[in-house]
Amino acid sequence: MSGLDLWMRENPLTYILLGSYAVAALIFVIEIAMVRHKRTITLQQVSLMQHAAEEENT
Amino acid sequence: MAINWFKYAVPTTFYGLAGKLIPWFALSALILAAIGLYIGFAVAPADAQQGEFYRIIFIHVPSSILSMFLYMIMAGYAALGLIFNTRLSAMMATAIAPTGALFAFISLWTGALWGKPMWGAWWVWDARLTSELILLFLYLGFIALHASIDDPRRADRASALLAIVGSVNVPIIYFSVKWWNTLHQGSTIKFSGTSMHVAMQQAMFTMLAALWLYAAAVVLARVRSIILERERNTTWIAELPEVKS
Repeated sequence: MSGLDLWMRENPLTYILLGSYAVAALIFVIEIAMVRHKRTITLQQVSLMQHAAEEENT
Repeated sequence: MAINWFKYAVPTTFYGLAGKLIPWFALSALILAAIGLYIGFAVAPADAQQGEFYRIIFIHVPSSILSMFLYMIMAGYAALGLIFNTRLSAMMATAIAPTGALFAFISLWTGALWGKPMWGAWWVWDARLTSELILLFLYLGFIALHASIDDPRRADRASALLAIVGSVNVPIIYFSVKWWNTLHQGSTIKFSGTSMHVAMQQAMFTMLAALWLYAAAVVLARVRSIILERERNTTWIAELPEVKS
């Protein structure tokens, strides 16, 4: 049995909390950050396009 | 009072509706996840055979269920977009794919972490595991194919075909434990009943509801950006307060 095998059997809750739940939470946080970033970037692009079009018209 | 549901299939109305729904879905997801984790870790007893390791089930099973359901919803939207040429359907399919891929990844990751103490291996080429891995590749293929075509309408059509063809994999994942002699256990919850402790069931279904709501919130937030991007040359986008400011 390797060291990791022994450790996970001695600390099963730490193993599942860190290995599964913390990783899943990290993935969700990254996804939320990416969605928010995409929204900010898209809004900036659309606003810039609109302002450029308005300036062209005037 | 009759509701005109088709009204919400138009990006103009859907954009505002999605914006109103996101905070409710996100808040409900957070509350339900807290309740689910509390029941799962503080109320539900340890398993007679697996001890504490079984508690991975509260993230593993909901993620696996969502990875399959989201694929079917994505394929459904893609088919609607392909048949009726509706703009929002294709946008929804595009928005669902990254979240579905993440759930497929979480399912495989947590499954590996569960497999190691129970089977003695992180990975085996078992029918259930392999078909779930194929699902992840189908999601990634959908995302890559869509991103590789510049014209969004052509990208929608090409990726829709992949999504529809790939949907055959979902029943294979579900029935794999029945059709083949797999190392992965069969369904614990069946229509005929379950042998699971009631607190375990409560935790698992609460987490499932939480992840459903999370997925809905994230997908709606993503589709709002896609709508903004694709409809940027329309007057209704120009009149949005967030664009004007």
